[in-house]
Amino acid sequence: MKKFLPVFSVVLAIVTILSLGLGSTQPKAAAQDQVTITWWHIGTVEDQGAYWQSLADAYMEANPNVTIEITILENEAFKERLVTVMQAGDPPDIFQSWGGGVLWQFAEAGLVRNIAPELEGEWKDSFSAQAALELYGQDGEYYGVPWTWGAVGMFYNKALFAEAGLDPEAPPATWEEFLAAVQALKDAGITPISLGEGDKWPGHFWWVYLAIRLGGEQAFLDAYNRDGAFTDEPFVQAGEYLQQLIDLEPFPEGYIGLGYGDQAGLMGDGKAAMELMGQWAPSVQIDNSENGGEAIQGNLGWFPFPVVEGGAGNPGDVLGGGDGYAVGSNAEDEAVDFLRFITSAENQAAGAKIWILPTVAAAESAIEDPILQTILAARNSAPYSQLYYDQFLPPAVGQAVNDAVQGLFEGTLSPEDVASAIEDEASFELDE
Amino acid sequence: MSALGAQVRTITRQRDKTHPRRIHFGKWGTISLFVLPGMLLFALFVLVPIAKAAQYSLYDWDGFGPLTEYVKDGNYQRLYDHKPFRSAINHSFFIMFLSLTVQLPLAMMLALLVGRGKLRGRKIFRMILFVPFVFSEIITAIIWMYVYHPGEGLANVAFGTLIPGFEGQTWLGDRDLVMYSLFGVLTWKFFGFHMILYMAGLQGVSKELEEAARVDGANELQVLRYVTLPLLGSTIRLTIYLSVLGSFQQFAIAWILTRGGSPANSSHLISTYLYKFGIKTFRLGYGSSVAVVLFTISLLFSLGYQRIVLRRDYAD
Repeated sequence: MKKFLPVFSVVLAIVTILSLGLGSTQPKAAAQDQVTITWWHIGTVEDQGAYWQSLADAYMEANPNVTIEITILENEAFKERLVTVMQAGDPPDIFQSWGGGVLWQFAEAGLVRNIAPELEGEWKDSFSAQAALELYGQDGEYYGVPWTWGAVGMFYNKALFAEAGLDPEAPPATWEEFLAAVQALKDAGITPISLGEGDKWPGHFWWVYLAIRLGGEQAFLDAYNRDGAFTDEPFVQAGEYLQQLIDLEPFPEGYIGLGYGDQAGLMGDGKAAMELMGQWAPSVQIDNSENGGEAIQGNLGWFPFPVVEGGAGNPGDVLGGGDGYAVGSNAEDEAVDFLRFITSAENQAAGAKIWILPTVAAAESAIEDPILQTILAARNSAPYSQLYYDQFLPPAVGQAVNDAVQGLFEGTLSPEDVASAIEDEASFELDE
Repeated sequence: MSALGAQVRTITRQRDKTHPRRIHFGKWGTISLFVLPGMLLFALFVLVPIAKAAQYSLYDWDGFGPLTEYVKDGNYQRLYDHKPFRSAINHSFFIMFLSLTVQLPLAMMLALLVGRGKLRGRKIFRMILFVPFVFSEIITAIIWMYVYHPGEGLANVAFGTLIPGFEGQTWLGDRDLVMYSLFGVLTWKFFGFHMILYMAGLQGVSKELEEAARVDGANELQVLRYVTLPLLGSTIRLTIYLSVLGSFQQFAIAWILTRGGSPANSSHLISTYLYKFGIKTFRLGYGSSVAVVLFTISLLFSLGYQRIVLRRDYAD
């Protein structure tokens, strides 16, 4: 042991010097005529992957000096790899981003490029989803743009509504009517609401939407800016209203153990009457159904989340989100130009053909599906558009919302417990 | 390198003055040549990260940029107060306890059954029983998600058919059940590994000794208790060691099956807690403090067990 120690300490010294040295060498990209753009997207679905590839090909043809290297990653894998390269200080030039807190965190660390100089003017004005665009920047800076944006709402099966004696063309508009419709469906032996709460996020939509209806924009901003708290009245009430619904037992058997795939499958097979979900829901329903969504096609309808009587929120407020691309700090000007190309009216219109709800006004007329048109109208007319909590809030708080709401569904947390569990994380993360 | 050489020379001079220096330097040079590369890698990829984690655990750090917010023991304080973390520690010990009391005895019984004796087709059984261990942990977890599916999963269907009046369970959605469900999967996955170790150990148990005990009038149970098991002692001590450390380090199966501690953070192990609250939330400082706790527990157990229990196995 005594012989061992001196040798060992020398080794440790060498290693320390080496690791210090490694940390400080940063490769610097030299400016060249030949430009390579690295692009990470999560379009793993076949037609989306092909769509992005076609845009890259078209751009490279028009600009022979540009090479676009695409990396396609699955959603969760993308998030993990992105964190790794970000911590190494080496972001891709263009990458998937949902905006909000996570993107701002990158901005504070200087890992994304401010594209405000390029964006201001014509490009910025072309967006109809202005609220969405705002999530890609703060304090006059922008780090990316959204290329699709939607809203969460209630998808319902008109045939099952009719079977339960409900008017399929007049879906419930208020919370009272909604609870009555749930009861009617239940009495008719139909599972009223599909839910895969094992994944947590599908259920948190319910609580967040109720909080939006009850407290409106002000309650959320107060809690976020720490003028208020997530234990304020509207957030506790959101839990109480949701508890009313849970008490009716409207969900499928064992829903705490089911996932989103199960939830969509039940809708696609016509085994449940409603689901609260984003604009992507129809294609997922069909993907997870047993026979190509036969039971749901032609029967699917959409209505906005019911209004809560006496709530402070505007009935037109929506919860939503979408996808965008952010620009990494090492990106050349060509990358920003390519991003402008992606969100051109022509390319956005091509995207609308494959269920991408465009963010650019000039491309909106390309949408033919009536449900998507309804969602688009709700999105564009919303006086207040709330981004998904788990994107807008610091990750830990978003996660706390999902976990706590799952506890409410499970029956182990009371509405007050849910609010205070969220507030615990929020006070830790948001208080300066 | 020259600094190292000088140091080595000094040491050797001090220790052995009677022998010529050249030979000693040669000996030390050789040792250094063999030891240095390995030690360098060990230091770079094991020791430095441990030291770094200990350092990070004292900061509020999101993983980007320099360490600026020194919080002293703030992370540890918060850890101590966080209920899911306490339950994660309990669960890790719970899994460890059940592994030792259920999984290892089961593996031993099966090893005695198929590892020797006259059971027909024991080679086939041996192979079948070992199959689960061959699957990757991820595949195992995904298979069992289907088995535990609350609607028409195999578990509910099988129990429903065998036991009249059995009510379908939400195996992974019920906080009173989820840890047992998880333990069931871990047992299914890992008993084969311990069984193989026991079977290998049984090869070394001399038949003559057992025969001698029988001649002396011992019945089969007594032979097992007083001859076979004591002779398997070193194997058993090794499997206990591996099982305990495995329980603390289990991650993949638990993470996938419980979807990160569902329902509502009631089913965490230390490792899943670390990943969820340390990595996914961008709280690398906080996560490091969890890692330090996990490391300390594993190190203390490992050192203690090696010194006290495994000592005699090394001495042989």
